[in-house]
Amino acid sequence: MKEVKCECGHVNPHGTVLCESCGISLIEEKAQGKLHDMRYEGSARRSQTYNKTIIDKIWNFFSSVKVGVWLIVVTLIASALGTILPQEMYIPTIMTPAEYYEDQYGWFGKLYYQLGFHNLYSSWWYLVLIASIGVSLVICSIDRVVPLYRALKTQRVTRHESFLKRQRLFGITDAQTVDETFEKVKENLKGKRYKIREEDGNILAEKGRFSRWGPYVNHCGLIIFLIGGMLRFVPGMYIDDMVWIREGETKLIPETDGQYYLENKEFTLEVYDKEKDNKAFSEAIENAGMVAKNYQSDVILYKKVDDSVAGEEAKLEEVKEYDIRVNEPLKFEGFALYQTEYKLDELSSMSFNLVKKSDNEPLGNLKIDLNEPEKKYDLGNGYSVEIMSYFPDFEFNDDGEPRTKSRVPNNPAFVFKMLTPDKPDGEISFVAIQQTVEPFGDNEYQMKFAGIETKDVSGLTVRKDSTLWFFAVGGFIFMFGVAQGAYWNHRRIWIRRKDNEIWVSGHTNKNWHGLKREIGMILDGSGIQEPKDQLQDE
Amino acid sequence: MKKQRLIIRTVILLVLGAAVIYTLYANFTKDDNPEIEVGKKAPDFVLTDLNGEKYRLSDFEGKGVLLNFWATWCPPCEREMPYLEQQYQNYNDEGIQVLTVNVGEATVTVKEFIDRHKLTFPVLNDKNQEVLTAYGVDPLPITFLIDKDGIIKKIHKGEIINEAVIADMAKEIKP
Repeated sequence: MKEVKCECGHVNPHGTVLCESCGISLIEEKAQGKLHDMRYEGSARRSQTYNKTIIDKIWNFFSSVKVGVWLIVVTLIASALGTILPQEMYIPTIMTPAEYYEDQYGWFGKLYYQLGFHNLYSSWWYLVLIASIGVSLVICSIDRVVPLYRALKTQRVTRHESFLKRQRLFGITDAQTVDETFEKVKENLKGKRYKIREEDGNILAEKGRFSRWGPYVNHCGLIIFLIGGMLRFVPGMYIDDMVWIREGETKLIPETDGQYYLENKEFTLEVYDKEKDNKAFSEAIENAGMVAKNYQSDVILYKKVDDSVAGEEAKLEEVKEYDIRVNEPLKFEGFALYQTEYKLDELSSMSFNLVKKSDNEPLGNLKIDLNEPEKKYDLGNGYSVEIMSYFPDFEFNDDGEPRTKSRVPNNPAFVFKMLTPDKPDGEISFVAIQQTVEPFGDNEYQMKFAGIETKDVSGLTVRKDSTLWFFAVGGFIFMFGVAQGAYWNHRRIWIRRKDNEIWVSGHTNKNWHGLKREIGMILDGSGIQEPKDQLQDE
Repeated sequence: MKKQRLIIRTVILLVLGAAVIYTLYANFTKDDNPEIEVGKKAPDFVLTDLNGEKYRLSDFEGKGVLLNFWATWCPPCEREMPYLEQQYQNYNDEGIQVLTVNVGEATVTVKEFIDRHKLTFPVLNDKNQEVLTAYGVDPLPITFLIDKDGIIKKIHKGEIINEAVIADMAKEIKP
């Protein structure tokens, strides 16, 4: 690929529109326009010039801003589609997702499911879209920042007449009326913090070039942000799990490699009391009914100090005691335990009295631990009760047989065998909440319900996120880039002698009004006329 | 110059491509517990059966181990029990130990289930769900096949639907 040698002697890369050095137009058709297109300084964006190999073709595809914008638009639309119906992870597990979507949302739900939108944000094509935006960001930036840097670095003080003439701000003054040394002008330029370069009595004054790098700094921030998102998939970098612990229970904290245990001493749910709390809220409390004031789990964190394996009783050492509240997680070793859920009054034990139906006289009391009932309860005096079957979460299955739905005592039911001195073979009784069945005819004895005890259960989120720093740093760089591009202006003023004339041109990347005012102040009293805005003249 | 540009472009595209492919791969395997994989060492555990006898997985090194997780409320678990029971003795002869782990239900409930199905193989009870957590068990049933060196050879998710399936399993872990 041949390079382009300008008449000023500078050798430009192929595809350059305006000579990097003197600014003359290198392309004939472009020269016809009244004003130069100063985007990227008329430098050769590499993507537009080479299109030979497959690598170049891929490169050029991603280098296109048009492609980048389309990728963003498509991603936006896809992201919006994912919010129309709840995602799979948020639907109840009462039936399969396929059935659920059709059942709840009809044909649309079915289509939604079939198209895979129920799991949109982790679908391969969505990730490919996000990744393509990342690739586009990198390549677009490289493809523009390098030539722009080159062009700004190579620019000469003395620009070609055609370049100056085609700047938006341009004016010619008769040299006779002017102080030839531009001393006053230079002083003014310095006062406005311009950097001044001189060549053969011509001047290039420039400031705020820094601003031109803003978009690229911003992109660097975005890329770091995306890397952070990518790192979430790396094992161990991001953990989001859940642990349920009953009051009084000590449990292994998942994802801690079997190292940490947590004991739940007590769960508390406090509500606002219209009598005790600020009277101003009493009406609101009355309208809303119950208003939660505090969700709190009082816990003790333990660390395992022996090398016991899973299932074995571990030797634990207390690390700390803490009261976990909403937004006040317990933190240790990069982990945080958040109060996220609770279950009040889970049954923990049930008490029964064995009574003789005829006289209702209690013959003995038994208290059954619903998480671990005993096989047999001896009540003394020859009375005892055996548990034949236990269904902690009782229901009848399709065949009408009793069964349990889970190991959680939500709805306990028992098959008791009551052994008494006058019935040594025992009487069988099926007892569930508010329900007693005597399958083998009328019994003489009965298990009479005598009370329950309950415990609360805390649901804690186990969270570890080692990627947050990437988001913080990426976000900061992103904002820095935005500020850099937005609050600084890249301004250039050229002053050139041409025979008996003084030519003045001005260019800025934004805020033309500001530049015009500034030039006005700089040229004030120098005898040089203010350049005109050629765009407004038309 | 031109060659250099091609190399730079190729390198950048390769790096970006690798990052994308890794992300996709990691996304599709993120639900798997990274510690529990075919080819990795099965986490050791100690559990007690209903008679109070202790079982330590590492004690079975030198033998293959079929490790099955189940619950009484899980119908597929209940359906596969007869196959496990039938194969238990054959497996024993071949040097394979069958261990089953209940998800920590009440002893009374588990005992009743064992009696009803006349199970003779060891039934361990994972009272604190520590072994379930360590093996990332979800959903039930799930069967791990561990070879004589304690390496996981196969993970069978779901029900063992017939005898042929369980016979095949033996081949994987026969010492």
